[in-house]
Amino acid sequence: MTTWHVILIASAATLALKLGGYLVPAGFLERERPARIADLLTVALLAALIGVQTFADGQQIVVDARLPAVIVAAALYALRVPFVIVVFAAAAVAAGIRAVT
Amino acid sequence: MAQGVDDADASARRVLATPAARDGLAVGLATAAYGISFGALSVAAGLDVWQTCFLSLVMFTGGSQFALVGVLASGGVAAGGTAIATAALLGVRNVVYGMRMKPLVDTGGPWRRAAAAWVTIDESTAVALAQTDERQARVGFWVTGVAIFLGWNLTTLAGALIGDAIGDTRAWGLDAAAAAAFLGLLWPRLKRFQAGAVAVAAALVAVLATPVLMPGLPVLVAAVVAVLVGWFDLFGRSRER
Repeated sequence: MTTWHVILIASAATLALKLGGYLVPAGFLERERPARIADLLTVALLAALIGVQTFADGQQIVVDARLPAVIVAAALYALRVPFVIVVFAAAAVAAGIRAVT
Repeated sequence: MAQGVDDADASARRVLATPAARDGLAVGLATAAYGISFGALSVAAGLDVWQTCFLSLVMFTGGSQFALVGVLASGGVAAGGTAIATAALLGVRNVVYGMRMKPLVDTGGPWRRAAAAWVTIDESTAVALAQTDERQARVGFWVTGVAIFLGWNLTTLAGALIGDAIGDTRAWGLDAAAAAAFLGLLWPRLKRFQAGAVAVAAALVAVLATPVLMPGLPVLVAAVVAVLVGWFDLFGRSRER
């Protein structure tokens, strides 16, 4: 598999899902349980990605400049600072720590 | 003919002056800016500028795009299968959005339906649902969707070119920026206790699974938390009512 294969298959899958909402008979995901699972799925995947992106280095768990950067990001989101500024700030914190250590 | 163009112009201006359209444009501008970070992170993950722009044009759903490049960044093409699965699972919520939007915006022909599906994302759905009447909801959906589509693709290109230019991405903290970007996508979803509990548990499962599973898989395993909690309604909403 090449990177292009991954991109094409994943794009086809996500587009098919988008169209699926317009094609499947109404009601299925309106039911409480499927709707709840779809909702929580997004939360779980994003949280897992944060965990891995913060602590994983290959298959090792490490604590490095990324952790303080994510903590700063969380504080800024709590203060309702806009997304782009927070992402830049997180990069700056990590880059700063790496520059001095 | 000229009269027709003037009329179309005037009606376009009238539509863009409605509150729903203003909401849409504001959300569109704010969201489009994320494209910079996506473009830079995607190039940092090893994709080229074309591949990065293709994702924003065709996939066009931020969470899945960030996830795909995130998994590829950690596991390379060997983690391609899990990258696809993660992106697809994050796209499942768009099915729900499509079902909610269908009665509003699926108002004629397969092309319009395809276009509506294409721009069915968090933001267009949210702006539509925030309107009080159906006409405004329809305007809000289309204006938001189209504004984000244009802005997101332009800023993705800009971000990819910037990412391409800066070279050593770790020294610039781009790996931390990716974590912060995921946190930004998660943040607005944490209003309920149940969501917070799932987030903490899923992050814990993914990190603990990291040493024992192939890169990419820990994230998929963590999705099981959502299915279990969602199925049995643990820490549930029903109890809050």
